Amino acid sequence: MAIEILMPALSPTMEEGTLSRWLVKEGDEIKSGDVIAEIETDKATMEVEAVDEGRIGKILVEGGSEGVKVNAVIALLLEEGEDESALKEAQSSTSQKPPPDNEVKGKESKTSETPAERSESRGQEQDEDEVPDRAKRASGSSDKGRNGSSRLKASPLAKRMAEQGGLDLSTLDGSGPNGRIVKRDVEAALKDGAPKAATKDAAPETKSAPAKAEPGKISVESLHLEEGTYEVVPLDGMRKTIARRMTASFRDVPHFPLNIDIELDRLLELRSELNRKAPEGVKVSVNDMLIRACALALIRVPESNASYTDEGLVLHKHADVAVAVAIDGGLITPVIKKAETKGLAAISSEMKDLAARARERKLKPEEFQGGTFSISNLGMMGIKSFASIINEPQGMILSVGAGEKRPVVKNDALAIATMMTVTLTCDHRVVDGSVGAKFLSALKPLIEDPVTMLL
Amino acid sequence: MASENFDLIVIGGGPGGYVAAIRASQLGLKTAVVEREHLGGICLNWGCIPTKALLRTSDIYHLFQRAEEFGLKADNVRFDIEAIVKRSRKVAGRLSGGVGHLLKKNKVTVIDGEAKLEKGSQAPKVVVKGKDGESATYEAKHVILATGARARTIPAAGLEPDGKTIWTYKEAMVPETMPASILVIGSGAIGMEFASFYSTLGAKVTVVEMVDRILPAEDEEISQHAKKAFEKQGLKILTKAQVEKLETTKSGAKATIKVDGKSEAVEVEKVILAIGITGNVENLGLEELGVKIERGHVVADGYGATGVPGLYAIGDVTGAPWLAHKASHEGVICVEKIAGQDVHPMNKSNIPGCTYCHPQIASVGLTEAKAKEAGHEVRVGRFPFVGNGKAIALGEDQGLIKTVFDKKTGELLGAHMIGAEVTELIQGYVVARQLETTEAELMHTVFAHPTLSEMMHESVLDAYGRALHY
Repeated sequence: MAIEILMPALSPTMEEGTLSRWLVKEGDEIKSGDVIAEIETDKATMEVEAVDEGRIGKILVEGGSEGVKVNAVIALLLEEGEDESALKEAQSSTSQKPPPDNEVKGKESKTSETPAERSESRGQEQDEDEVPDRAKRASGSSDKGRNGSSRLKASPLAKRMAEQGGLDLSTLDGSGPNGRIVKRDVEAALKDGAPKAATKDAAPETKSAPAKAEPGKISVESLHLEEGTYEVVPLDGMRKTIARRMTASFRDVPHFPLNIDIELDRLLELRSELNRKAPEGVKVSVNDMLIRACALALIRVPESNASYTDEGLVLHKHADVAVAVAIDGGLITPVIKKAETKGLAAISSEMKDLAARARERKLKPEEFQGGTFSISNLGMMGIKSFASIINEPQGMILSVGAGEKRPVVKNDALAIATMMTVTLTCDHRVVDGSVGAKFLSALKPLIEDPVTMLL
Repeated sequence: MASENFDLIVIGGGPGGYVAAIRASQLGLKTAVVEREHLGGICLNWGCIPTKALLRTSDIYHLFQRAEEFGLKADNVRFDIEAIVKRSRKVAGRLSGGVGHLLKKNKVTVIDGEAKLEKGSQAPKVVVKGKDGESATYEAKHVILATGARARTIPAAGLEPDGKTIWTYKEAMVPETMPASILVIGSGAIGMEFASFYSTLGAKVTVVEMVDRILPAEDEEISQHAKKAFEKQGLKILTKAQVEKLETTKSGAKATIKVDGKSEAVEVEKVILAIGITGNVENLGLEELGVKIERGHVVADGYGATGVPGLYAIGDVTGAPWLAHKASHEGVICVEKIAGQDVHPMNKSNIPGCTYCHPQIASVGLTEAKAKEAGHEVRVGRFPFVGNGKAIALGEDQGLIKTVFDKKTGELLGAHMIGAEVTELIQGYVVARQLETTEAELMHTVFAHPTLSEMMHESVLDAYGRALHY
């Protein structure tokens, strides 16, 4: 029988993605390791490599398809000696399993029996509560998670709790066996304020009464704009991720900023000298030097290189420095892992490669996930100072302002120096003011006397 | 000084330790178990299993008393306490041998002797003093403490076994003669099982409990039900009662018991102490290693980690509930975590508890009171044995199955049972809870007829006002 090629999960949290394009066509011979397709998730474009050898028998999901569920069959591969009849066999066996859509519908109608039964036994007063639930379910059937072909695995209790909490189960990762969504996942999501189920036009009466709109959900209508004076850009995966993560962080993490001015002249001098003497192709940027300086400061002040959890403060043994890179339609934070172990040339070339691939949305998940600390630099855009939002679960993020010539007082006399203002935003649950200050006072001399960061 | 290196050494060969060792071996770890006495631990040798053998005898004896009811003639039914104990010991022996065989089959090294821990590099070193007095040191990457627990005693109040008149479970399991009267101090599972056994065989049994009801861990309704059933069998039950003084006399023991502010003297032939359990944490070198011990038990996290690098603890030594199946499961979780698998800590609210007295008692999850205390609005279902065909056919029409649901989510918060064979029934609800079914799935489940399990269905239906047969 033909081999099924499945939609791969590019990251542990990926549930669906866009199959951007096929690099092979039906009838092509492929071998293990060949790149056969490109897949786009909320943050990256990735290449799919063939695992098995054979001939592409049938492409089931066209290039450009959005919302393809992880593990959905996207193509069938014929093994050596197999002909098209194997294809039919494979397809009929996939269709013998209840076809995905029907399966979902079947599940829908089955669960919708339950509230009816429940209301029957619970009595009249419950009926009112059930109405929006049922309406929600009906409208939900056209929602995400229904057009893909992988079944949503969740316990009955988890389904009911999600329904009652207005939570879209397809946005959750299950921690049960084989990724089954269980009670603890729903509880955690409800606590974290995960995305709510799409319930637009849940019931006619909701529409006429905007006051009853679902809490936390902002509709275009609620902006009360005049028709024709705006356009709506649909939210892509990256925008949704930024919205969700930044909202959660700004709401749940007690932020506070610390700022200091740092003199840059000697760093700029050293940089020119390094680049003058560097071999062809190596060009160290101010940012590369900041990455190295931050990494060293993090290691010198280990309590600042930390993440908060309810089970305890996680102290990281390496400085994995994430750097915010603006890209079309958003931003992404590639990570320089173990930056304290890397020299300026290594950091520079790694950063160049990561940033280039970030702009093409071709980073691998492991290249932009993790990170123990972040740097966001808007200096090149002339920003004097700003305070970034913490990139959870990291404990601190450094916002770097522009270097500019400013009058300073040196030896009781007015002088000119190139200064920049940096702002360290800290998660107070793990980094107290004095710890943040300790980090900054370790960072400052590394930049002002930059030879020390070469050691 | 012999020396051998292992990936894992488990200290204690009880149901926590030997199961952990087998699982470790399955996962490819080179594993050893250190056992000072018998493989299988208290459970197999002095607990769960031999008491079940004793209770089987008393159940059959009880049925003989009822022979006529079933149309049988049995005259002059007697028992031989020596033979009863002998059978119980034989059952234990057979199973202990079985554990040895399982360990051998799984290539687990068994080291006989008493272990003590010393500071090591990756994990504490294990020094084992063999029966011959010779010591050997073993090193492992990981060490699991599974040393179990023993009966708690309070010497200051005279609540201390002397092995002759004042017994713990251990002596109570191997009586030489059948005592005419027994005082059981403590009405938890252990106390009630012995009370039931001795009472059925004709001893005059008095049970003393400090709080206001017997089997205090169970649902209140179940406690009440049990009290009535035991009193009907002739047990004397004193609740809110405290033993103030206990002394041995020529013929047995004399206890001064304070009930309702009045002191009362009770004279009995034997006393069984069942006043709780305390962990085996002594003489293991734990203090020197800085292992945290609270109220007689090692403090460990959901994966068994003690905070001392490479040292884990599972089962009774880590505290309540002191149950073999909890120990085994913790052992498996601990080992799988060590092997780098993706595991979750055990959900302690889903550990079933079974008491094999007559009538049997079984439960899982929250009691009605605990559920309300936790802030749940509840729906409660009940179904009595008297409404079940199979129960009536068995001549076991006394009992109750109670279910507690969360009113909002339909989660089965707890189930509580008393009556024939409920210890075998409870697992159905445990599976339901583990799979997180709601009342809807339970209602849609087909239960075979005629079985006692139908009552489990009816109890769920009753919680939603839909019971069919009562």
